[in-house]
Amino acid sequence: MATKEFKAPEMLRTGDPTGFCPGCGHGTVGRLGFEVLDEMGLLEKSISVYDVACDSLYMWAIDTDCVGTAHGRAIATAAGVKRVRKDCPVWAYVGDGASYSIGFQHTVWSAVRNENITVVIINNGVFGMTGGQMAPTTLIGQKTTSSPAGRRADVNGYPMDITKILTGQDIAYLARGSIDTVANINKTKKYIRKAFEKQMNNEGFSLVEVLAPCPTNWGLSPHDSLERIRNEVMEVFPIGEYIERGVK
Amino acid sequence: MADNEVIMKGNEALAEAAIRSGCRFFSGYPITPQTEILEYMSWRMEEAGGEAIQTEDELCGAYMLFGAAAAGARALSTSAGPGFSLYQEAISYLVGSDLPAVLVDVSRIGNALGDISQSQGDYELIRKGNGHGDTMVIALTPASVQEIVDDVQLAYELAEKYLHPVIILYDAAIGQMMEGVTLPEMSEHDINKFDWSVKGIEKGQHGRKITNVSYFCDNMYVGYEKYLRDKYKAITDNEQRWENVEVADAEVVCVAYGISSRVCKEAVRNARAEGIKLGLIRLKTITPFPVKAFEEIGPDCKGIEVVEMSIKGQMVDDVALATKCNIPIYGYLTSYLVPDSEKVIEVAKDILAGKAEEVL
Ligand SMILES: Cc1ncc(C[n+]2csc(CCOP(=O)(O)OP(=O)(O)O)c2C)c(N)n1
Ligand code: SF4
Ligand SMILES: [Mg+2]
Repeated sequence: MATKEFKAPEMLRTGDPTGFCPGCGHGTVGRLGFEVLDEMGLLEKSISVYDVACDSLYMWAIDTDCVGTAHGRAIATAAGVKRVRKDCPVWAYVGDGASYSIGFQHTVWSAVRNENITVVIINNGVFGMTGGQMAPTTLIGQKTTSSPAGRRADVNGYPMDITKILTGQDIAYLARGSIDTVANINKTKKYIRKAFEKQMNNEGFSLVEVLAPCPTNWGLSPHDSLERIRNEVMEVFPIGEYIERGVK
Repeated sequence: MADNEVIMKGNEALAEAAIRSGCRFFSGYPITPQTEILEYMSWRMEEAGGEAIQTEDELCGAYMLFGAAAAGARALSTSAGPGFSLYQEAISYLVGSDLPAVLVDVSRIGNALGDISQSQGDYELIRKGNGHGDTMVIALTPASVQEIVDDVQLAYELAEKYLHPVIILYDAAIGQMMEGVTLPEMSEHDINKFDWSVKGIEKGQHGRKITNVSYFCDNMYVGYEKYLRDKYKAITDNEQRWENVEVADAEVVCVAYGISSRVCKEAVRNARAEGIKLGLIRLKTITPFPVKAFEEIGPDCKGIEVVEMSIKGQMVDDVALATKCNIPIYGYLTSYLVPDSEKVIEVAKDILAGKAEEVL
């Protein structure tokens, strides 16, 4: 039987353990980013920028240049880094609270200015780091610590879908992936690769949102969390490629 | 006339001096009375091969500055009043991450929106604000267009010496006034000159982490407490800057900075001609506060006259501490009006005649 060996990039193995909760989506999604950079021969040259939320745990796990900035400001910070370091692949790896709530203006405006950076956003539907409060992506009816009776459209509005907000915007790339199955993990990796390729071709802003579990704050097992993504989250947030410059 | 000898508006001179000091990243957002800096940078920075960005707001501007500084560039963000309030969190992050950067506040009148005319109401914001968590910056207070130009170069040197943000604070009057200046020669800053800045690693090197410095200190806050206190002490000991004018024998000593200090200089000259022993301590830094300047005050001093365009009299506490509360403090306080040199002398006369009221 043919076997395939999955190996994390060397520089991810030399750092500290991440400390993510068991079954956390960050462990897969961030690693995909580092694998892509490694396979493209760009990992050493790369600069990653983190929020203060759970994503920032990668800062100590990956042995490359990293910047940790304020909550919601990783995309703006990454744009600042890239403007003066045009030869480096620069990416912001951030949560959905950071990029769709407190720092939403930077998500939209980096797209409007077509900043030549790559943004990978973890859509886990909650504020993970602070204990599972409602996020812009929390589904209607979903119980969180700050929507104990479930999110209500009349009070909290509807879940925010970045693919709708950036519809028609002249950016390099926009896609949404998921890590609920191996097939979708592989697809997501292709999206992330495309995003970095666009940046290296100086095509401008690329964003990949990834549906990922936060089992701790969902109150579900890692296995059931993946089921939930498949059965509930993907209904509201369909995966696929949404914008690709030059492709109709 | 040499190319470097020009007549320029304060705000434009600041922008040109920054570029000539090797600044290659600028972010700004329109707000009077500093908008000329953004407008000047919008054509001039490209000529110099750098990046000038009009951001969606001051938050983005401050964090793009943070990123550019983390990458080793000489970076600048400028604003005024309400916009500078929005910089506060980022200034705390610059302090906490040991990042050198220069920010400018061209102060305008009033809380809330206020208005666009000159004022010195941001003293405490710059001297004692700077965001959450035991922050302190280095703050320079130029009083002329030439001093703005000189302070820009100095600001980058200090920022890089201490790995710390430096704020240049001046009021709308100086920002808008045109004066003859000598500009520095054009210079380039080597973006790769710092080991600590992010630039991508070479094979075998370890990754650099720009984040809270406390994370790297022994026992986190045990070590950081000492680290930051030592840094603040070094700044306080070494970077006090001031200009004393006829202080030693003065019976009344004015304390002022920026536009107010220029008026006081004229007042000292005229008062002395009348036989009144008036002196001036002009603050060229407000952080660190130039306590050493007050050592020159002689035994004949009957009172201090704080001359400040501030409703509260924001400098008064610092002056009281610098004089160890040993000298009565009086004020000639305005808000949007530039103080008048004759009035400075009148207040001094009242102090000497025992007719003035102490502000503390
Ligand atoms: C200005 C500011 N407001 C609030 C916080 C607290 N805070 C830290 S992380 C976070 C939410 C993180 O959620 P998300 O961005 O979705 O990341 P996740 O942990 O879910 O991956 C919040 C509110 C902060 N650090 N700074
Ligand atoms: S709280 Fe959620 S997002 Fe954060 S590490 Fe745990 S599982 Fe992951
Ligand atoms: Mg989240």
